[in-house]
Amino acid sequence: MAILDELLNPYWIQIFQHACVVAVSALGLNIIFGFTGLFSLGHAAFYGVGAYTAALLMKSYAGAYGDGSFLASQAAFLGSLICGGVAAALLACLVGLPVLRLTSDYLGVATLGFGVIMKVVLDNADAFIPQLGGARGMTGIARMTSIPWAVLALSAAVLLVRNLVHSTYGRVLVAIREDETAAAAMGIDTFRYKVIGFTLGCSFAGVAGGLYAHLYAFLHPSSFDFFKSFDVLMIVVLGGLGSMTGTLVASFGWTFLLEGLRVFLPPEYIEFRWVLIPVLLIVTMLLRPQGLLGVREIPILQSRVNR
Amino acid sequence: MENFLQQALNGLQLGLVYALIALGYTMVYGIVRLINFAHGDVFMVGSFLAFYAIERYRLPLPAVFAAAVIGCGILAVVIERVAYKPLRNAPRIASLITAIGVSLFLEYFTALHQVFGPNYYAFPRPFRVVSFHAGEIAVTNLQAIILAVTVACYLVLRFIVYRTRVGRGMRAVSYDVVTAGLMGVNVNAVISFTFGLGAALAGVGGVLYGIAYPQIHTFMGIMPGLKAFTAAVLGGIGSIPGAVLGALIMGQSETLTAAYLSSTYRDGIAFLILIGVLLWKPTGILGKPRAEKV
Repeated sequence: MAILDELLNPYWIQIFQHACVVAVSALGLNIIFGFTGLFSLGHAAFYGVGAYTAALLMKSYAGAYGDGSFLASQAAFLGSLICGGVAAALLACLVGLPVLRLTSDYLGVATLGFGVIMKVVLDNADAFIPQLGGARGMTGIARMTSIPWAVLALSAAVLLVRNLVHSTYGRVLVAIREDETAAAAMGIDTFRYKVIGFTLGCSFAGVAGGLYAHLYAFLHPSSFDFFKSFDVLMIVVLGGLGSMTGTLVASFGWTFLLEGLRVFLPPEYIEFRWVLIPVLLIVTMLLRPQGLLGVREIPILQSRVNR
Repeated sequence: MENFLQQALNGLQLGLVYALIALGYTMVYGIVRLINFAHGDVFMVGSFLAFYAIERYRLPLPAVFAAAVIGCGILAVVIERVAYKPLRNAPRIASLITAIGVSLFLEYFTALHQVFGPNYYAFPRPFRVVSFHAGEIAVTNLQAIILAVTVACYLVLRFIVYRTRVGRGMRAVSYDVVTAGLMGVNVNAVISFTFGLGAALAGVGGVLYGIAYPQIHTFMGIMPGLKAFTAAVLGGIGSIPGAVLGALIMGQSETLTAAYLSSTYRDGIAFLILIGVLLWKPTGILGKPRAEKV
């Protein structure tokens, strides 16, 4: 029972919600990189755009509509999450149209560069929208994210990715990953599908960002720099590229490992946390280069044909 | 105009240091197609080795360079053996992730009190920096040394790559690993040598960076590493002159943005240039397009 009490304390509940948020964002990157094979190192930028958009909308307009009742505020929250996702998707489309002409590592570098640019924009955002706070960070965000919201968003994301992957769209994306030239030879407009995959994946990051903003009630541009893009990339690769189950396992494993070490390491060894984590990462990669789960899925996420 | 030339000179100083780091990125990428994210941290280790060589052991300048070069070279060869070699036949993303892991490890491990420590350290100047005035422009002896050392490194590198046996091996491996191996090139030795050579240049860069911007800490390698890597891509990754060209452009864009716009836009402008160039030439300024094989 002691363990249960420990697990039910608000800190771990918050970490659980964070893990769900990370998983939504990572599922988005799995669409982009795992299923479509587009090397994106700028995922955190879209996460940030979603976070700031949702937080700004919620802060500016949530009080203006409805009677401030529970239901009205929840509906406003849903609306701002969706807007966060749409904002990230629009930006992804805008960036993707030129940038997705690039291939492999060059695409990675261009998206990495976009991530750095986005961080600079967020750092200076208070110059054009004062509420965003710029480099001082954005405060005064309502704590709207709760366990039901986190679980709901994650379930919706999993369902969406499952249905996408086993649809004709999903098959096209996988075909592009496997061999773009061959896919084009089969009459697929590969560029169009790459933009679709990229935009969809980034919209996941946008929704996850909105949840993140209303979980910690504070936003700072440094939470969305290129290091955070690496975090999501590590999760997706660790879980196994193109495995939804892997992404889920790695998202929760990664988040709880990070926080678990913070709690369970003796205080005098706390600075060893970030020494241990890279070692674990390297060892895992050396032992399982294809990721923890490879391309395996739990049955419920497999296609009906294979089941 | 004088101000512009003065800023351009400062940009050149920064660009030359970036060039030393960028050469390591471009060579390693040219040979094993790996973005070696740990390279910037090897550069940081070079700075710290120089710091100890000067501060604690009072070594003369050539010995300081030797310490950084040898230390970084050995470190990079060990990293390659431990973290990259076992994954050479795995999907490319696996070694990229271990590279990120090695990078994080170097940053946080060296930040431990038992190693270099988590503080900012003032890098001791091994010689007095004097400036000479040519008209309105001030040139320091430090800038002259940076220019001379970088040019010397570049010439030595070109000599190694184009005039020696191991350099021929490097070019062969970069062209086609399997065939190079069949022709009797010791692929493992060549790859280790390339990592060591790139890291040695980063070590030289670390010493010069410490002298020029005299404040060091264990996370100092991140941004120069990222800039140098971007420079290598800008110039055409895999191309040695391209890395230098890209680094000089990065140095100028960063210094001129800080001087004429705002230092907060510094990183943004550099990457805007990168994306612009990639859209115009998808493999960088001097990069050769690779034919898509079916």
